[in-house]
Amino acid sequence: MFSVLRDLIRYNREFTIGVVLVGLVVVFSCLSFFSPVDPTAVYRVAPDQPPNLTYIFGTNSRGQDMFWQLTFAFRNTLSFGLTVAILSRIISIVIGLAAGYLGGWVDRALMFFNDIFVAIPIFPILILFYFVMKTNANGFVLAMLMACFGWPYDARLIRSVALGLRFREFSRQAVFAGMSPIKIMLEEHLPYVMPIIFATFMANMIWSIGLEVTLAVLGFTNLNIPTVGTTLYWANNHSALVVGTWWWIAIPVAIVVILFVGLFLLAVSLNEYIDPRSRLRRMGA
Amino acid sequence: MADILTVDHLRAYYLMNYFGVNREVRAVDDISLSIARNEVYGIAGESSSGKTSLIKVLAAAIRPPLKVVGGSATYHFKTGDIDVTSADAEAIEAVRWRNLSYIMQGSMSVLNPLRKVGRIFEDFASRPLGLSGSAFRQRVVGHLERLKLSPQVLNAFPHELSGGMRQRVTIGLATVCNPEFVIADEPTTALDVVVQKDVLGLIKDLQRDMGSSIVFVTHDMAVHANIADRIGIIYAGRLVEEAPTRTLFTAPKHPYTAHLVASLPRIGDTTERPALEGRPPNLANPPAGCRFHPRCPLAIDKCKTDVPPLETVAPGQRSACWRWRDVEPLAGGRHRAMELSK
Amino acid sequence: MSALLEIKSVSKHFPIGGVLSGKEIHAVEDVSFSVGGHGPEIFTIIGESGSGKTTLARMILGLERPTMGEILFQGQPVTHANRRERLRFMGKVQPVFQNPFEAFNPLKKVDRYLASTARRFLDLSAQPAVDAAMDEALQKVGLSLAEVRGRFPHELSGGQLQRVAIARALIPNPPLLIADEPVSMVDASLRMAIVNLLRDLRDNTGVSVIYITHDLATAYYISDRLVIMQRGRVVEMGPARPILDAPEHAYSRLLKASVLAPETATGDTLTVQPELAAASAAALAGPPGSLVGRPDGRLVRQA
Repeated sequence: MFSVLRDLIRYNREFTIGVVLVGLVVVFSCLSFFSPVDPTAVYRVAPDQPPNLTYIFGTNSRGQDMFWQLTFAFRNTLSFGLTVAILSRIISIVIGLAAGYLGGWVDRALMFFNDIFVAIPIFPILILFYFVMKTNANGFVLAMLMACFGWPYDARLIRSVALGLRFREFSRQAVFAGMSPIKIMLEEHLPYVMPIIFATFMANMIWSIGLEVTLAVLGFTNLNIPTVGTTLYWANNHSALVVGTWWWIAIPVAIVVILFVGLFLLAVSLNEYIDPRSRLRRMGA
Repeated sequence: MADILTVDHLRAYYLMNYFGVNREVRAVDDISLSIARNEVYGIAGESSSGKTSLIKVLAAAIRPPLKVVGGSATYHFKTGDIDVTSADAEAIEAVRWRNLSYIMQGSMSVLNPLRKVGRIFEDFASRPLGLSGSAFRQRVVGHLERLKLSPQVLNAFPHELSGGMRQRVTIGLATVCNPEFVIADEPTTALDVVVQKDVLGLIKDLQRDMGSSIVFVTHDMAVHANIADRIGIIYAGRLVEEAPTRTLFTAPKHPYTAHLVASLPRIGDTTERPALEGRPPNLANPPAGCRFHPRCPLAIDKCKTDVPPLETVAPGQRSACWRWRDVEPLAGGRHRAMELSK
Repeated sequence: MSALLEIKSVSKHFPIGGVLSGKEIHAVEDVSFSVGGHGPEIFTIIGESGSGKTTLARMILGLERPTMGEILFQGQPVTHANRRERLRFMGKVQPVFQNPFEAFNPLKKVDRYLASTARRFLDLSAQPAVDAAMDEALQKVGLSLAEVRGRFPHELSGGQLQRVAIARALIPNPPLLIADEPVSMVDASLRMAIVNLLRDLRDNTGVSVIYITHDLATAYYISDRLVIMQRGRVVEMGPARPILDAPEHAYSRLLKASVLAPETATGDTLTVQPELAAASAAALAGPPGSLVGRPDGRLVRQA
């Protein structure tokens, strides 16, 4: 594992830059564990201070230190994005591999189910969810709900790869070697699907974080929990750009861009590394 | 007979670097041969023997990671000489299809499934021929007649044709410009036996008609016996024997060739066919000396250290073996079997 | 001794252009034969693409159900109600695939397939017992566990991989192997080793082999009996060598006449005899007729 990381950092510049960018954001969000302030408390410091030596990211109109505020916001947003991506990857792997490998009526049933989820409009459902749950709607419950909607396109992609693998001779060899369908799917087919999973992992994080920001800006999430979305909601609520407290918006947006660029570079370079063809070449085939 | 192609000490390697793993695969290692006008030259070799890489160089399709590291491959076309290992893209474009064309193994990979056959002919041959409109169509229809194909195939999509007809169309595409040199890479391997014989006959007739030279690549020695004038045997990136077809089958002077000939099963012959032990070497790390020595029944100590040169052992026959004098046609062959059964 | 495998009037029809179009392709049409009635044998199915030979093999392996007729293995039908029955059948009839480079997952070590077969079909769990079973099977094909363990497919030659595949198939000690074109993708210098191995398995291990091929020369070399199939129909069947020495049906004669060998190189143009091609096409277009016996034991389709 360590040698893989070392090789990647030494020979792949995209990976190195990606690690640095994502690392910066992760370290930043981890600082929240050492925060001297309570992120939900307001009017603790002088409001509307531009970035200076005491408050390096400035303070907002609600009297919060933006530096510590944003460490919490990014911690919550990152873990939200990760939760959605991991959960929805698991669903799409299970459904995609099963539909592709088992075929027949299993495939038809799963793809019917899949297409229903493609067709359901997610946005109104999320708003409905907010009105039902109100302040009980914490980040984890929202992540679970989004994960339930974040898999169908990717499951179809995985299915198409699994469908091709199913008819390869090695799959039949595995059947006649007495391997169970689950073993064949997870051990024989999963390595071929990994590049798709990595690529969609990234896209899925961008999608879920983007949607969370949208909901929050419109005020349809629990606004007491600091996230990137709620930060922007409050900034908008206090007309930050009109008042001239530009740092309230510019800094979180800049960090989000750093995060997304970093994730993108990681996905691209890791994909190249785990792609079966490139793996085979490194093995000397 | 004048030569149309001279390959001189050609070396082409795959040079690769993946995440710090450097690999050098010597796919073509010091091959010299020449091919005459109006000749069918068979190239035989196993998978990963380097024959595909040699063909890539000859077809002027040298792309990384394949790299020519030495030697040359020069065509002597009527329009002038061209060394495909050093010529620029423009010069190669000028001879491609007009002087130098190829027939591939999978007809479906050449024929765009979304275009009618007539359009495919236009894509490939209109520019090299310098013809268009009805003059072009006339030329194509005339050519299809030689291939015993009706002009109606021009209005068909590739999938509407049978496998044999598709392969005829690809042969037609490769030969419509009357090229001086055609590279045929396993053109009949995927075909059924009946169709295969038919297509081979067609290639041979066309070649005689046009006076072109053909490099014919296949691993099937029986096909070589029926189509090639001369055969070159490639083993582990090197040319190990070259001889006129009859000589190669009756008096091979390399143990590998002798084995290939002897192991061909024949209908009506039930004598034991010998199997060669061992495996073809890995070209990233080939054995020293003669690359065949680990599998060779005649190997001596010298074979393990010294590379045997390709030397002329009989008129028109070259062999790279220290012990070529001791190579006998191995057991097998029709006459021996007939004697046994009496 | 009852036959190992009995194929009784088996047909397989596939719908084409959707189930509702009513069109069907008759991949296999009324095929009957039995294998292994008189001890181990190599039974060859000869046919070109579209002859139905692969569909027939898939039905024997229980991967397709026949549309009509039945297939009995040791007197039992090869369609199975559940996975346990299916596994018991797979322990007795094992396949060898066409392309050894495709038959192993390139990202996985080859011995995992051997180990899985030994665990599942021999009910072994202790690693030494699994190793012993693997080594025993590999010895039968001229390899050893030491040569194969931990190797990836690309580290072995096509011939070695095909031998590993055969060794894997032999682990459950099956009485029958189904080998679909097992040498067509193997290099010339390694091919005869595989063919000789199949013959040795019949002679020394007592395994019957259904050898499916389009290559008449290797069929002649190792088969005891054969069937020749044209578009799903058997046109000629019986003892292998008499049939290939002097085929009687027009299609069989056409196939033999199309085989290339060094002896057929005359320097003249290569042509398929048109009268044979016409006769074989006529036989295909005409009424199916029936198989008629001959004194030398062969059956030939006659209109």
